[in-house]
Amino acid sequence: MAGSAAEPFVEAFDELTSDASTPAWVQSMRRAAFERFGTLGFPTTKNEDWHFTSVSPIADHDYVFLAAKSGDVGRDELAPFTFGATGWYTMVFVNGRFAPELSDIAKLPNGVKVWDLASAWTKVPDVVDRVGKLATYDNQAFTALNTAFMLDGGVVQIAKDTEVDRPIHLVFVTDATAAKGMMHPRNLILVGKHAKATVIESFVSTTDAVYLTNAVTEVSVGEGATLQHYKMQRESARAFHVGTIEASQARDSHYISFSLATGAALSRTNVYTTLDGEGSGATLNGLYMANGEQHVDHQTQIIHAQPNCFSREMYKGVLDGRSHGVFNGKVYVHPMAQKTDGKQTNNNLLLSETAHVDTKPQLEIFADDVKCTHGATVGQIDQTALFYLKSRGIESALARRLLTYAFAAGVLETIEVNEVREALEKMTLERFV
Amino acid sequence: MSSSIETLISREYQHGFVTDIESDTMPAGLSEDVVRAISEKKSEPAFMVEWRLKAYRRWLSMKEPHWPNVTYGPIDYQATSYYSAPKTKTPLGSIDDVDPELLKTYAKLGIPLYEQKMLAGVAVDAIFDSVSVGTTMREELAKHGIIFCSFGEALREHPELVEKYLGSVVPYSDNFFAALNSAVFSDGSFVYVPKGVRCPVELSTYFRINSADTGQFERTLIIADEGAYVSYLEGCTAPKRSTNQLHAAVVELVALKGATIKYSTVQNWYAGDKEGRGGIYNFVTKRGKAAENAKISWTQVETGSAITWKYPSVILQGDNSVGEFYSVAVVNNKQQADTGTKMIHIGRNTKSTIVSKGISAGEGNNSYRGRVQVLPRATGARNYTQCDSMLVGNRCGAHTFPYIEVGNNSAIVEHEASTSKIGEDQIFYLKQRGLSAEQAVSMIVSGFCKEVFKELPMEFALEAQALLGITLEGSVG
Repeated sequence: MAGSAAEPFVEAFDELTSDASTPAWVQSMRRAAFERFGTLGFPTTKNEDWHFTSVSPIADHDYVFLAAKSGDVGRDELAPFTFGATGWYTMVFVNGRFAPELSDIAKLPNGVKVWDLASAWTKVPDVVDRVGKLATYDNQAFTALNTAFMLDGGVVQIAKDTEVDRPIHLVFVTDATAAKGMMHPRNLILVGKHAKATVIESFVSTTDAVYLTNAVTEVSVGEGATLQHYKMQRESARAFHVGTIEASQARDSHYISFSLATGAALSRTNVYTTLDGEGSGATLNGLYMANGEQHVDHQTQIIHAQPNCFSREMYKGVLDGRSHGVFNGKVYVHPMAQKTDGKQTNNNLLLSETAHVDTKPQLEIFADDVKCTHGATVGQIDQTALFYLKSRGIESALARRLLTYAFAAGVLETIEVNEVREALEKMTLERFV
Repeated sequence: MSSSIETLISREYQHGFVTDIESDTMPAGLSEDVVRAISEKKSEPAFMVEWRLKAYRRWLSMKEPHWPNVTYGPIDYQATSYYSAPKTKTPLGSIDDVDPELLKTYAKLGIPLYEQKMLAGVAVDAIFDSVSVGTTMREELAKHGIIFCSFGEALREHPELVEKYLGSVVPYSDNFFAALNSAVFSDGSFVYVPKGVRCPVELSTYFRINSADTGQFERTLIIADEGAYVSYLEGCTAPKRSTNQLHAAVVELVALKGATIKYSTVQNWYAGDKEGRGGIYNFVTKRGKAAENAKISWTQVETGSAITWKYPSVILQGDNSVGEFYSVAVVNNKQQADTGTKMIHIGRNTKSTIVSKGISAGEGNNSYRGRVQVLPRATGARNYTQCDSMLVGNRCGAHTFPYIEVGNNSAIVEHEASTSKIGEDQIFYLKQRGLSAEQAVSMIVSGFCKEVFKELPMEFALEAQALLGITLEGSVG
């Protein structure tokens, strides 16, 4: 593979795949994905999906693959990232590897099962045989790279008719030992027929080191099931983060996703869902806030493959300093997906003169009996509203914060988990002081 | 879809006849010699030959782009003839010297070449295949100092103006098709409106492709000097042929300080038959540059062509300049259109408005692709974009690819898009009010496109509505 994009990764890959205890199907999947990554290479801005985001800062670094357990994170250090909630079912991964001593999964309710990926593929191969089937990597270099290096992550299985009382929280934390390292967490969430669950993924850090997180989460939402899926990206300020979620939805299911991105020097979040059963719906919301030199990119894709489905999408961005925000939302309606009802909104608030935003809402429609709209706006704080608050005796700085908060609140209020909503509202108020 | 609607959408292409006229056509193929020969035939000044050759050499190093959302077979650039002209006793003194066969063609097309049509208040430059066959009302225009003539004539009589502005908005290196056009363009229209003059009539160019296996590469250059105003109309037709013909035009608009240019197009090239055989490949580069307080407005009604691929754009360079884009694009059968605009906000307080209406029927695919770019200097920039799609039938597609790039926080940019269909209930409602299904569809579609049609000059608006009806015939069912 001389000269190919895969070259810097060959040594680590050979070492990873030399472990004889790994099942053969995992090894062969890794090999195929690695080969594909070698062909694809890192995407360039000529690739339409990466038009506004150059990943050369990622590609220019060399990374050590963190295969072994490493790091030293105490429970107290995790406190800022747990939303002050108690009693959640939590799996903690330190520097990419499962840390059972920090996790709380001893008392899972009936119908809920969780594993770490590395033990799942030997213990419950029939559960994890969905891995690699939901997220495809043919045209996704980062998913290919993740598949080549998949080693650990959370596997969550909700049995049919189960209503899970509390959120399941997957925490991926890095500490200083992750410096110059790369992690490829791979998660699988399977929600059975008529089940209801909330899963939160957090990507956080106790350090300001440079590292790469390249996560992939595969989601299957069964017939009539509802999954609330939160992704909280609060990586170290110098980190790189690429996270892909691919969901497949059965008949009458509802997938509710919320993506928060406030961390990392450069981040990209992909949320893809396929409405593959009649009467299903998807709600994709998100909030990105950046300042300094941060670059934060979101790409969403909703494929309406069956009739009578709906999708609702609302993404908001607040950009300060010299930050750069990117949003690309695709809605694709198949010829047979009649009676589709789709709505997509992207609003951006620019707080500084040097902040920059690129947005590209995109509709591709092949069915005639559909109702699809999208809208995008870019603007600054409303001067009239600012004046109004000032005339009521509120000083300028606070008035700005309030208006910024009010802008973000429109999407934050869709969060149903109280602890998360309150924590994010507080964070929004405090972020742009 | 009911059969009553279906029967509505297939009236035949009415401009598909061929004019039997002797023409002077160059053999197919492209080389430096061909470029030189075209230039020689037109007795062009030396700078023009050089410019063409530079463009040709640049073109050789470029690759045909394939990013639009359209598909077509490979184009053999050596199989096309790059020059075709009706044989006449040259040079033409006045319209009366024009071959009557040609005038008949234009009469069939309903183009007011004759003086009697002066009442229509339109000055026309008619382009047949590659060359201009006549321009009307020149004296009237000359009184105001307005130059309106064919490009070839402009090169002979006003080379300094051409040299100054040619390529100033669309350089020959701009893109593959612009480079090709720069190398081989044979004619086109040239307009110059002097300082402070308001052009008293609508200027109009009618383009006609007649010969088989020729490409049409015309070039239009419009210059509105400080404070001037001009409204320009463009219409196009071609005969029915079973092979695809390439049309790669370039239009450059230069609006100097405080000038206004209004450019309207009704594009009705032959669209191919039901199976998608034949038809024109319409790959066009259109762009305007607006100086301080200037305004450029594009209005287009795209009903023809097998493939339409164009983005009339405005570079809002001067402070307070304004750009507008109003578009109706209709595709039926196997037509494909990838069209939209680019608004590049450079100056302060620049404003742009985009209203795009796409109608897809049959197996057509219609894409809106637009870019609104606000550069960091463009304080106070404002954009409003609305793009709506209507689908008729479930074998067609409607796509929206808007790119919004904002680098200044005082900018306000809004984008809205919607997709809807002609519902049986709407048609039923109109029918029970006594309208036929055909009238009902026509009324719904006109209503959908109203915002764009109101921007067209009156005669054009009527023609556009009629065309829309024809294009959609047989698609409702």
